[in-house]
Amino acid sequence: MENPVLIFFIFLPFLAAFIIPLLNLFWDQAKTIVLLLVSLVLFLLSAIIVINPPQITMYAPGGWYPVDNIPLGIHLVGDGLSRFMLLIINTLAFFCAIYAIPYIKLFTGQKYFYTLFFLQLAGLNGVVLTGDMFNLFVFMEVAAKASYALVAFGVKKTEIEASFKYQVIGGLASLFMLFGIAMLYWMTSTLNMADISVVLKNNHVDNTSLIRFAQLFLLAGVAIKSAMIPFHAWLPDAHSSAPSPVSAMLSGVVIKVLGVYVILRLFINVFEPCGFMSMVIAVLGGISMTAGVILAIGAWDLKRLLAYHSISQMGYVLMGTGIGMGVIASGENPEVVALTFTGAMFHMINHSVFKGLLFLTAGSIEYSTGNLDLRRMGGLAQYMPLTMIASFAASMAIAGIPPFNGFFSKFTIIVAAIQGGYYFRAALGMLVGIITLASFVKFQRYAFFGKPLTGITLKQTPVLMNVSMIALAVLCLLMSLFIFPEVRAVFLDPAVNILIESTD
Amino acid sequence: MKGMSVIVKKVAQLLSAMIFVFGMYIAIHGHIMPGGGFTGGVLLASSFIVLVLAQGLEYFKLKQQRERTSLVESLSVLLILLLGFSGLFAGSMVFFGNYLPKGQPGELLSAGNIPIYSILIGIKVAATLFTIFLALTIYKEEVST
Repeated sequence: MENPVLIFFIFLPFLAAFIIPLLNLFWDQAKTIVLLLVSLVLFLLSAIIVINPPQITMYAPGGWYPVDNIPLGIHLVGDGLSRFMLLIINTLAFFCAIYAIPYIKLFTGQKYFYTLFFLQLAGLNGVVLTGDMFNLFVFMEVAAKASYALVAFGVKKTEIEASFKYQVIGGLASLFMLFGIAMLYWMTSTLNMADISVVLKNNHVDNTSLIRFAQLFLLAGVAIKSAMIPFHAWLPDAHSSAPSPVSAMLSGVVIKVLGVYVILRLFINVFEPCGFMSMVIAVLGGISMTAGVILAIGAWDLKRLLAYHSISQMGYVLMGTGIGMGVIASGENPEVVALTFTGAMFHMINHSVFKGLLFLTAGSIEYSTGNLDLRRMGGLAQYMPLTMIASFAASMAIAGIPPFNGFFSKFTIIVAAIQGGYYFRAALGMLVGIITLASFVKFQRYAFFGKPLTGITLKQTPVLMNVSMIALAVLCLLMSLFIFPEVRAVFLDPAVNILIESTD
Repeated sequence: MKGMSVIVKKVAQLLSAMIFVFGMYIAIHGHIMPGGGFTGGVLLASSFIVLVLAQGLEYFKLKQQRERTSLVESLSVLLILLLGFSGLFAGSMVFFGNYLPKGQPGELLSAGNIPIYSILIGIKVAATLFTIFLALTIYKEEVST
């Protein structure tokens, strides 16, 4: 009998999503309990399979196993990279779920939030688990459709406009993805990712320019989903107008899974890394990193500032990935490859924690003061000390101040860039780090210090929101431990090995 | 939304029953014929939609019933998931396992679990399309009044 643990990451969120409307008829508290229970179980399961990985990493629903190495059905693949992404998704989803319980009471139509939250979670888990190209597209759509609805959850004018913009641009991205997948299917006659990579490696496809054509379509689709700079127009609106726990999920997980994970999977595992694509990805990453932070420093809306920083920080990850691919393609300095991918993976998990936390603190500020404009805040440190501590930890982490996790991952990427001989990119990384620090000093100064507010009654933030924020702040510090080889071997190395092995 | 003339109402009533039966036929024969759950579900939904278009929204008091179509939708998805989950405990012990007797290919009662999935998908699609239709109609009603 196979170990069915992988299917539960898709089954449980779907079950929760559709059981909540039914249970809610009889018992009002059911939705909260289901939310907490299912997200806790998923969080624990993902932690268990990362720490204690199962022997067999493939699962075939319906029992459709390959015959003579020809894949028949849709397979779920739980290799190192997928397990690592599952940990990121389900950890943040758990803390966002805790946070959302009091927060979502601000909105009408609460019961829809729970269903949509779980649909989004199911889509995200499905994207990282599936081993089939078309199934990848389907799960991307599940996650994206749920995200569109969640962005518009406040049903105010700006929120609906943001959601509409997100839908139009996201729909375009899906079209590009579908076209790229169709081209690939036409060329290779298979949709299984491992099989496509075998067919392409054995040069069964003669026309390399056709492959390049499909690659560019896929890259355009994924770049829109991960909001790289020329494709980023939807992100600041969508991330800043969603409810805060949803913003945290969108920024901490969705752009990583639908964007960066798919880039890693497609352009490193499925296609062989080539110099051209690595250059494109690294340049996209570099532009996003720089332009994102420059756009961020001028923003006065707190969540919009954070949203621009998401673009910038994802730029770091993609630049690291691009450097790694470039080093693989050129064949020089092979010892740097592991370092670049470690940096990229490390920064990805760090970013999910600290950016999730930053959006949650922004939500907490909005909850008590009812406003998000930095110019109309001030002196909040004395009214909401816990939020201040959490936000301070996350700000220092994203700015790259040493005891926090962000420092180590940025440092790894920059060292890897220098060792790979990309001095300009390394210098750019440091420069962007300094501007990031400046913009978060601005955030801290205007929100928590400075002239205190007068004549405004502040709402007390509920306990559950504080619990979630403090737990994530502690994680920000604890994850610095990933820099030690023993801890890294458990969490980061399996994911990095998947990226390196595929090129052998 | 007001109803249409008597002729349209009568024809719609007659037609709707036929569309409904044909939709069930397509959904139930999903595993041995072209079509299947989705196509059957669309037909099922359209049989209701034809009636509502002819009779008007108030005739069936559909504003009060919109919640129920959503519930049918949730329930059918839930049943599909649980049927898939039951595969873990029977037959080849895999999710979505096909453990019911396979029967003779080409007969109505064959292919194990597949017809049940088709029927449930038919219900799900019918409920979803009808819900969308009702949501749009009710929205338009509320805007125009």
